[in-house]
Amino acid sequence: MDSANWSDQPAVHYLAPAVTRSAKIVVAGAFGVGKTTFVGSVSEVTPLRMEEPITQASVGVDDLRGTPHKTTTTVAMDFGRIHLLDDRLVLYLFGTPGQTRFRPLWEGLTEGALGALVLADARDLEGSHEVLSLLEEQQTPYAVAINVFPDAPRYPLHEVRQALALDPDTPLAECDARDRRSCVYALITLIEHLTARHAPAPLVEPRP
Amino acid sequence: MTGPRHDPDMIRPYVRTGGQNRPSRDVRLETVLIAASGPTERLGPDARRVMRLFAGGRGGLAVADIAAALELPPSTVRILVSSLMDSGHLTSPAPVQEGRPGLDLLEEVLRGLRELV
Ligand SMILES: Nc1nc2c(ncn2[C@@H]2O[C@H](COP(=O)(O)OP(=O)(O)O)[C@@H](O)[C@H]2O)c(=O)[nH]1
Ligand SMILES: [Mg+2]
Repeated sequence: MDSANWSDQPAVHYLAPAVTRSAKIVVAGAFGVGKTTFVGSVSEVTPLRMEEPITQASVGVDDLRGTPHKTTTTVAMDFGRIHLLDDRLVLYLFGTPGQTRFRPLWEGLTEGALGALVLADARDLEGSHEVLSLLEEQQTPYAVAINVFPDAPRYPLHEVRQALALDPDTPLAECDARDRRSCVYALITLIEHLTARHAPAPLVEPRP
Repeated sequence: MTGPRHDPDMIRPYVRTGGQNRPSRDVRLETVLIAASGPTERLGPDARRVMRLFAGGRGGLAVADIAAALELPPSTVRILVSSLMDSGHLTSPAPVQEGRPGLDLLEEVLRGLRELV
């Protein structure tokens, strides 16, 4: 609030004038899996932060002003962006923990998203179930990338697939969230999957 | 995880948006805005802060960029921006497409990402 920034002109990175389209991908996963690192590796600006205060009321009130028995939690989301195709297109990446208790926020985030890339840590595959079930519930298509930490066990991918209860056609890759190329390849894997879902279905006679 | 899967008591914060609590049009975090025209003297303080970001034609910003720059909750910025589009102060060069993104957008993003590696 009390800012030393007297100029009232924050350092803002404007989009290229050629931009005519935008798209968004959600980078989801449990705490500490490397979401912020991933977003920062791909983004051409230092990841920015948004904060949404979420009020949790203890009783079913519909007016928040001055009503007691409430706690406010702030949910932070990092995001980054990258201009593509000679600046005609800008792609936003939103990093989010995707917890069930922040469901209203999560819906605004995935609405209109191309899909989600779920980062997982092989040391804690259990920690990915919450975000996977949220995405499935919302019918947001996703791919999974194991962010490889040096001290993490390297399980065969088919075992990881089983542990995460992934559909056979859900892409599962490995990545290093600190490495830009590796992150871009993980995103390509996701988009290829999303594109394939749009492939025309084989012609079948409509059922009567 | 034994807690309830759905918490019905989750409600959005009251926001300073002139009494509105949801956007009047489909404005998303990635919706790109550019300045259009219109006098700004009758706007509320937060709307004026938004418009000040666009002064001088320095370029476009998405809703998320505005939220980060002004340190406002994204839900608030979505409402402010939709009002500013209704009043003709802001416009989007990239109108929101309803529903899930189409194949053409996916293919463009794919092409763009492949150019990077
Ligand atoms: N060794 C290694 N460390 C990583 C990697 N990705 C993230 N980290 C570290 O893990 C920690 C958590 O990463 P962060 O991106 O903040 O996770 P977030 O909570 O999902 O946003 C940070 O200290 C990172 O520097 C990775 O691929 N390899
Ligand atoms: Mg983070």
